Amino acid sequence: MSSIHDLIIVGSGPAGYTAALYAARAQLSPLMFEGAVTAGGALMNTTDVENFPGFPEGIMGPELMMQMKAQAERFGATLVADDVTSVELDGDIKSVVTGDGTEHRSRAVILAMGSGYRELGIPGEKKLSGHGVSWCATCDGFFFKGQEIAVVGGGDSAVEEATFLTRFADRVYLIHRRDELRASKIMADRAHNDPKITMVWDSAVVEAHGEDKLTGVTLRNLRTETESELAVTGLFVAIGHDPRSELLQGKIKLDDEGYVLVDAPTTRTSAPGVFAAGDLVDHTYRQAITAAGTGCAAALDAERFLADLADES
Amino acid sequence: MGENTTTVTDASFANDVLQSDKTVLVDFWAEWCGPCRMVAPVLEEIASENSDKLIVAKLNVDENPQTAANYGVVSIPTLNVYKGGEVVKQIVGAKPKQALLKDLAEFL
Repeated sequence: MSSIHDLIIVGSGPAGYTAALYAARAQLSPLMFEGAVTAGGALMNTTDVENFPGFPEGIMGPELMMQMKAQAERFGATLVADDVTSVELDGDIKSVVTGDGTEHRSRAVILAMGSGYRELGIPGEKKLSGHGVSWCATCDGFFFKGQEIAVVGGGDSAVEEATFLTRFADRVYLIHRRDELRASKIMADRAHNDPKITMVWDSAVVEAHGEDKLTGVTLRNLRTETESELAVTGLFVAIGHDPRSELLQGKIKLDDEGYVLVDAPTTRTSAPGVFAAGDLVDHTYRQAITAAGTGCAAALDAERFLADLADES
Repeated sequence: MGENTTTVTDASFANDVLQSDKTVLVDFWAEWCGPCRMVAPVLEEIASENSDKLIVAKLNVDENPQTAANYGVVSIPTLNVYKGGEVVKQIVGAKPKQALLKDLAEFL
């Protein structure tokens, strides 16, 4: 059996890396499981981040994550690129099992697993995933040079993807359920002013067509209940995210949508010694900077919890 | 580039992949693809641990668009397994090592 750590952090991204940075500087020697292929989190699939303070010219999402990671490592955080497969959060000693089957134990845990992209749940989506249906514009946009493609969604991510995809595609249809975008004004204006972006309002994608590759989608107008066909070779899905809290079911309190409940403004969860930060908790803001902020708070909460433990013994 | 993988191009693809005596796993990737970067070290490990059975080759789609187009690759990372000149398996998207080993079990 391995030794007992003070603090284990599950998940990376702005919340996890910031928690690791603060905890390392507090001499807690945090052990972090970054995720085997999800290290860095959602920002690894983005391009320019224009709203993280301190970078007036913007910074690439993956670059920002590499810098945060390096900063955490500089102060002695141990980062491991592996997935966590199960957790036990009851009692004084918590247990975390990783993909290779090893059990790691600690007195405190910070949960920062973030969120995963939401699927449409329509016929054809799974079969054509990787063959025209995509969740990563920065990865796959390149393959749609000179083609007509569609983006589904109405938030900042959808608009960012649509705008990015105009670098490659001749025409980008932005399909949204409502008649106005949910995205911030600066992003929405960018979409409205882009001659390559065509808005498709009040509409949902109900089926993706194609054998080996995507040839088109069926749209349903939600006002008129009429259906129509749109010939596109790419469909980029950006309809939001769900918290990656599967491992936590039945272990700590979650809300109806699966977000971890915390005793705000602290980051304390329903299990003593277990703290949560970032998109795993946040319904509302979901920004790199707010995730980093709650990651910091979680490290400070964990530090206080561990100090109180030491005082008691 | 890692020391356990080889690099293939549009020009060398027929010789290095299609006419190879060994099974070849081709990783279609690009610099600007975050998930490609994350799966790269995993592929290095798989290559080093299975060098007797499998060649792991990297194909940069930016520099070699023809091969990617020939095989209908529109999402990266895509991992195609070639045996006797034919695609015998396709894995799309970055996955953890255990999941990849499971997908590749029949070739290892």
